[in-house]
Formats: sequence, C-alpha cells, structure tokens
Amino acid sequence: MSMLEAAGVHVRFGDRVVLESVDLAVADGEFHGVMGPNGAGKTTFFNVLTGRVKPSRGKVRLGGEDVTGLSPHRIAAKGIARSFQIMTLFDEFSARDNVMMGLPEFRARGLDFVHAVAGDRRFAEQASEALAAVGLVEKGDVRAKDLSYGDRRALEIAVALAQAPRVLCLDEPTSGLGSDGVQRLAALIARLKGKLTIVAIEHDMEFLFSLADRISVIHWGQVVARGTPHELQRNDWVRRSNLGKFA
Amino acid sequence: MMVGSKSSSEAARLVTPTMLVLWLVLATVPLWITRIGLYPYLGIEILIWSLYAMAFNLVLGTAGLPSFGHGAYFGIGAYAFGLCQFDIVANLWICLVAAALAAGLAGALVALFISHRRGIYYAFMTIAFGQIFWTLAIKSHRITGGEDGLLKIKRLPANFGLVSFDLTDNVAFYYFVLAAFAVGVAALWRLVHSPYGRVVAAIRQSETRAAHLGYNVWLYKASIFALSAAVSGFAGGLFAMAQLAAFPDVMSLHQSGYVVMMTLVGGGLVSFWGPVIGVFLFLTARDVIGALTNAWMLYFGLLFIAIVLFRPEGIAGAISAALQQHSLNALRQRGTSAMRLLVGGGR
Ligand SMILES: Nc1ncnc2c1ncn2[C@@H]1O[C@H](COP(=O)(O)OP(=O)(O)OP(=O)(O)O)[C@@H](O)[C@H]1O
Ligand SMILES: [Mg+2]
Repeated sequence: MSMLEAAGVHVRFGDRVVLESVDLAVADGEFHGVMGPNGAGKTTFFNVLTGRVKPSRGKVRLGGEDVTGLSPHRIAAKGIARSFQIMTLFDEFSARDNVMMGLPEFRARGLDFVHAVAGDRRFAEQASEALAAVGLVEKGDVRAKDLSYGDRRALEIAVALAQAPRVLCLDEPTSGLGSDGVQRLAALIARLKGKLTIVAIEHDMEFLFSLADRISVIHWGQVVARGTPHELQRNDWVRRSNLGKFA
Repeated sequence: MMVGSKSSSEAARLVTPTMLVLWLVLATVPLWITRIGLYPYLGIEILIWSLYAMAFNLVLGTAGLPSFGHGAYFGIGAYAFGLCQFDIVANLWICLVAAALAAGLAGALVALFISHRRGIYYAFMTIAFGQIFWTLAIKSHRITGGEDGLLKIKRLPANFGLVSFDLTDNVAFYYFVLAAFAVGVAALWRLVHSPYGRVVAAIRQSETRAAHLGYNVWLYKASIFALSAAVSGFAGGLFAMAQLAAFPDVMSLHQSGYVVMMTLVGGGLVSFWGPVIGVFLFLTARDVIGALTNAWMLYFGLLFIAIVLFRPEGIAGAISAALQQHSLNALRQRGTSAMRLLVGGGR
C-alpha cells in the first residue's frame, strides 16, 4: 500500500483549471520528485495534499486513510509536514523556538497555559536535535529573521522534520541555495532516505535525478511523465522539453 | 520573549524580580501620593486600567489582532459586578467571578464570528460588536440604568473566612486592587510564557505555518480573545467598585480607543510591561496636565501619532533598550513589523 496517494485531483480557481487530474502514489520510504514548468500547479498540488486547498474532485489518502479536504492542522496532525517555497517562519522567534513549535510533544501541550515553556528542558533538547540535523545547532539562539538565507532554508526543513512526520513535502528546497547549501541539503536527504517518505518539488535536475527514487512531471494539469530518473532520461517528452539535460 | 539564558530563566518564573520591585514600589504609593498633590484614587484607577490594558494586550500584542472594541468587555464586567450584587448575592468573590464570566462569555460569542479574520476586517468587526454592546447598555435602561448608569454599587467586603476587610476607604481598596493586580500580572506573565502563549505568539507571526504544524489557529484566536475579554471584565468589576457605579461610556468607541492608545504608547507590541507604562502616563497626564489645560488629550494624541509613525517600540522599547542594552533597532524593527501585521493581515 502507498503511504501517500492522490487520485484524480482536480483544482479550479474560478473558471481557471489549474489541476486537471493528478494521480500520485508514493511508497513508504520513497523519495519522490515532482517537476514541471513554472505555473504548472506543483505548489497547488502540495496545497491539496496538505489541506490548504480543497480539490473540487479527487482523493488524497495517507496510509490508506482518506484525508481529502481536511483542514491543514488536521492533516498535519495525521503526519504530513511541509516546507514552503516562499519561506514561512516565525521571524521573531529564535531558530530553536521555531523548531520547538513543530515538535509533536509541544503541540500536544498547546493548550497548556499553566506551565512555563522554559521550565521544561525536554522541549529545548528535542529542538536542538532537530537543529543539529540541518547543521544549525550553534545558531539556535539567533532570531529566524537574522539568519542568513541559506540558514533560513535549512530552518524551514528543520521545522518540518521536528514534526516527526510520516510524509515530508518539500517545495523547492534548493531554491536560492548556493552549491554548498545544495550539497548540505543533498547529504541531509541522503541520510533521511528510506526512513521517511518524501515528496519534493524541485527545479534543480541534478539534485533530483541523483536522489529521487521516482519522479513525476506535472504539466497541463496532469502528470505527463513518471518513472525512475533512469527511465525519465529516456522519456521522449522529457528529452524534447530539455528537462533532463543535467542528468 | 527575548532570546538568551537570563531572560529564559525569568520566563520560567511565576514571580520575577521586576514584579517584586514593582509591587513593593506600588505598596508605598498611599504613603506619599497625597504629598505630591495627587490622591489614592488615581492609584486605584492606574492599577485597574493597567490590568485591563494588559488583558487587552493579549489580543493586540501577543496575538497581533487589532481589537478596537475592547471597552465592551470592561463595561460588561462592571455591569455584571453590579447586577450580581443587586440580584444574585452580595459576595465580593462571586461577583468578581461573575464579572469575568459575563465578559468572557460575551467575548467568546464575538470570537465565534471574528476568529477566521485578521487585519483590518478583524478591526472593523470588533468595532461593530463593541458598538452593539455599547448600544445595548444604553438602551436597556431597566437593567443598566441607561445613560445614567448603574448606581449605588457597593464595595463589598473582602471576606477571607477568618478575617474580613472593609474596602470602603480608598487606601484599603487600593491595597485590595494592588493584590488583585499582582495576582493578575503573575497569571498573565505565566500565560504568555506557557506553551499556549507561545502558540498564540507564533500564530501572530504566521497563521499559515502554525496551521501546517498542526495548530488549530481558529481555536487559539478565539480562546485568547475570550480570555482577554474575561480578564478585562474582571478589571471592569474592580472598576465598578472603584466608581461605585457602572456607566456605558467606558464601552464607547472612543474609550475603547483609549486602551489602544495606552497600550501602543507604552510599547505593548514589544514588551509585557508596555501597557502598564502607557496607562500610567495616560492617567497621570490626564490629572497633571489636565489640571493646567483642557487640551491634554491633544498632547497625548500627538504623542500617540508620533509613536505609531516613528517609535512603534513604544516607551517600554526605549527603556528596555537603555537598561538591558538590547539594540533599539531590533526592538524598533519588531515594533514596525508588529504594527504592519496588525493592519496588514499577516500571513
Ligand atoms: N489561490 C489561488 N487562486 C487563484 N489562482 C491560483 C491560486 N494559487 C495558484 N494559482 C494559480 O495556479 C497556477 C499554478 O500555480 P502554482 O503555484 O501551483 O505553480 P507552480 O507549479 O508551483 O509554479 P512555480 O514553479 O512557479 O512555483 C498559477 O497560474 C497560479 O497563478
Ligand atoms: Mg511552486
């Protein structure tokens, strides 16, 4: 059974159809890449997976359970985490506090107004672990706003990782990163691979083709090609559109 | 909400050194206030409004939600306190709880309708509901006394079982209000540093992220509003005791504006203590400058405009930059972005 499954997802904004019918099945532990031209609807598809946009047709299943149209917080609680293409952090909070907000233990205590956060060391410790995973542990006390661009990107991912999700959706994680940053990220993904189900939208083909188990190409509101990186390099459509040129 | 080890140990405390110093200083007020030409009643007003403004700042500063009709809950608390002692039971504790409960329920009701919003829409809706409550208070003449107010409210004795304190004297009542203020401040301090308070502050910065981390944003926004209304109502109950009456004017739009001005001038957007500073300035300016010229509001209004335009960190921001060597620039940035979130609608 697939960990994450989308079937016939159709999204329309007004009379503009953005997704015609998108199918996707991601196996447990798979790293699945999503690519496609600008404006193809990739982020919109993520928005459907994570509850931000309700599809007019189609289903989303997580571990076999229908989660279509649930609100974002419900879906997050069920185990889908995401990062954002346009960085969305708690700017005034320190890096550590950003990550802390993602911890399931913290969320479970979210309505507790009697105890002090600072009185519970476990929160800070667990948050530091998540920061260490992305190499930000020494910057735990720095406000998110004051971090460098690359560090903010890394924090985006650390927050989602802190959620201990079943499925991690990354929306263009390498965007704006220098080659150092991309390499660090690739190393992180390589470590997570197999342990976590990951869906990543990416424009960086080298990154995607070297890491992904399978890749789906979204265009004209549907998946126009799908397969292993190896298969995709042979795919006519991919070759013609030059998408596979780096691989 | 500062970063760093010293302040995080403060955040873990129920009572901080700052609170202790403040309470001690406040405890001496009745000893000297008449000597400088003022009177204990001013102290009572300052404490009650401070509690009210701090409750208000849960919504404005912590949650980043512009509520411009908060006077309604302060007023409802005052009426509820009076009506409780007239019609239910003349017990101080029960009537104060009634004040908080009535205002909290009104707040919860309003929260149902506004909590999916933020920014300017939120502001408009809080104004509209505030006006509804204010109109009801004026029109329900038989219950509230209309524009004449609900008169003859008594300062019920503070009965602790073994001992009972008579609060009719202003100095005695001052100490009672100070005790209530102290408990209120400690509770609010804990609240903003609890997991719940952190989530609310996170929601201020990004609703989107908070939702995708699994937090029910609506629930947090609604509950913080209701809570803030309840504490405002509690302060309103104290205010009814102070005034020996409850009047509709505290519920009016322009008096609702006072608490916004006090909080912003004081620096509520960047500081826990901002509202207290703002209330202190506002009410002393009213009495001191007001004794010299009728135009004191003009000066305060100008100060307010200057702060909104140039010093969004408020007076508390300037003080904490001077005392703790926090960079004033960082605080100003925080103030500016908080101000932008308030009107802009956030993410
Ligand atoms: N909430 C919305 N309302 C109306 N139109 C929208 C909305 N969200 C997205 N769109 C439109 O849907 C289309 C697809 O947008 P989307 O962001 O999903 O593309 P994308 O594949 O992620 O592109 P990019 O590679 O540039 O990130 C765009 O034309 C966009 O303008
Ligand atoms: Mg996109």
